[in-house]
Amino acid sequence: MTAALGVVVVTGISRHLGAHVAARLAADERVGRVVGLDPNEPAAELREMLSGVEHVRADAGSASTVVAELDAEVVVHLSLVTSSEPGGRAAMKEQNVIGTLQLLAACQQAPHLRKLVMRSSTAAYGASFRDPAVFTEDTEPRQVPRGGFARDILDVEGYLRGFRRRRADVSATVLRFAPFIGSTADTSLTRYFAQPLVPTVFGRDPRLQFVHVDDALEVLRRSVVEDHPGTFNVAGAGVLALSQAIRRAGRLAVPVFEPGLSAAATLAGGLRVGRYGLDQLDLFVHGRVVDTTRLIEEYGFEPRTTAAAFDDFIRGHTDRAVVTADQLAAAERAILDGIRRVRASAAKVSS
Amino acid sequence: MSDPAVEDWPGDPWDKRVASALSFMRRRLSGQYEVDEFGFDPELTDHVFYPVLRRLYRDWFRTEVFGLEHLPDDGAGLVVGNHSGTVAMDALMLSVAVHDEHPKSRHLRLLGADLVFRVPVLSELTRKSGGTVACNPDAERLLRTGELVGVFPEGFKGVGKHYRDRYKLQRFGRGGFVSAALRTGTPIVPVAIVGAEEIYPILGDLKPLARLLKLPYFPVTPTFPWLGPLGLVPLPSKWLIEFCPPIPTTDLVEHADDPMVIFNLADQVRETIQQTLYRLLEKRPDPFGR
Repeated sequence: MTAALGVVVVTGISRHLGAHVAARLAADERVGRVVGLDPNEPAAELREMLSGVEHVRADAGSASTVVAELDAEVVVHLSLVTSSEPGGRAAMKEQNVIGTLQLLAACQQAPHLRKLVMRSSTAAYGASFRDPAVFTEDTEPRQVPRGGFARDILDVEGYLRGFRRRRADVSATVLRFAPFIGSTADTSLTRYFAQPLVPTVFGRDPRLQFVHVDDALEVLRRSVVEDHPGTFNVAGAGVLALSQAIRRAGRLAVPVFEPGLSAAATLAGGLRVGRYGLDQLDLFVHGRVVDTTRLIEEYGFEPRTTAAAFDDFIRGHTDRAVVTADQLAAAERAILDGIRRVRASAAKVSS
Repeated sequence: MSDPAVEDWPGDPWDKRVASALSFMRRRLSGQYEVDEFGFDPELTDHVFYPVLRRLYRDWFRTEVFGLEHLPDDGAGLVVGNHSGTVAMDALMLSVAVHDEHPKSRHLRLLGADLVFRVPVLSELTRKSGGTVACNPDAERLLRTGELVGVFPEGFKGVGKHYRDRYKLQRFGRGGFVSAALRTGTPIVPVAIVGAEEIYPILGDLKPLARLLKLPYFPVTPTFPWLGPLGLVPLPSKWLIEFCPPIPTTDLVEHADDPMVIFNLADQVRETIQQTLYRLLEKRPDPFGR
């Protein structure tokens, strides 16, 4: 089941996820050469772990030449951009949609390609008021999502379905990741929870599910080294309500009225100001919970629970908390002691 | 550093109450509670929602419950009831009845229309008390995990009907609830609820206003909208709830896609509820009596 692999091409190694995956694969003896495909230079702190990875500085347009020249056996596509900074929405769409299109075209021509592993997102399920509470891999979105990233994901998965039909011999794995969390992750969601005052939508308490970054890396590694064709939801078991997550992190929630937020988010997106787009807004109004039985049965691997992953994140970010759990416990003891003292003295007075 | 007069008071009931209340506050404020994948928060429901609803259930509506032995002690069950009363008060009272009167204190998981989930605060209250969207995937998921699910197939036709049509069951839709029960082999427990028709008697419907507010109807009752917020107080009718013998479905699992089987079963449930309603109405000659 785990035969030796030849050349593995990983896109998106200039960013956190791609760099870590490439490094783990390079360290695995069963994998031959690991070649990273990314037009950008990796950040300074990632450069050291990428020592075993060759870097081809080219974008997806020249992917066909790269993939053909290297005679790649496995392609791991991780260069999806989740938020529109920097460069704006047009650049994000270009990288996500056009980039994937060009890469899949290159993969279609590659004669010795055996596996394709693609990163997707649970944003593929869209967000509407008629959604079921828990999404399984077969659930179709009930309406076209408003957010740019979600629409990109739908396009990208559509292209992959076409690829599966034309190259049925290639084992294609699509991993729909829940939002990443962890003490080392740096996403718009982790930055959101790191603030002391956290804006929320008034009257909405969405159910959130996370996956710990390390578990995501492990699933990606197993997708390359083992054989798991198909589409899988990847998320930690269990759910945290947003209010619960904010309280566990010791932050304070600041409710904001909804009608203004959609307009503000659209305006901000157009003016390239602010960090929250319609994708994040839809998540904070509807929430998103996915079923992961298919992942657990197929991979024999269970990511740590949402609560455990979030606890790891909290441990790394206690400095800006407004009120911590220890402070609450101390306050509880102090109040209880105070009440007992008052009652004891009242009893003494009356006796 | 603790004063010797301030040690634990083991036998004192007030001390216990204060200590447990403070501990509850601390757990809630630090987020140390569990929420299931539907958003159900059992601790909040038991400690905050049910006490409020219980006041209405016991003191305002003087509810009497019959047939509790027909509810399964554990495992899945689909409770099907008649729907009335302008708002889903009957669903809330049914949940309290199941929780308080049944020896196992089971939680009833209500299925609501997606209008409920569009409204800001209401959607979260519904989720936290165990409700979810009335769709087949959710119903089947709940039934497969052995939950007691409550559904009201009349929907808006039931709650929004005129007072002169009270206790006449409306059509049961496409019978989706039946197919969910058949697919999971869950017994169907019909329940008849008397008393909800009189809490907000609908004497008229302002359709243009309903369209403007995107509501299924805009009710006109003897107290609403004339008395403003006072019109939201329900009239204190006497409530009777009776659970009927369960209809087993384990033999019909293969026929879950047969429209005739679904229609016949839905019709059987509707007939059972209608007959039980007539019987209960005879027990209660005065709607606002003792």
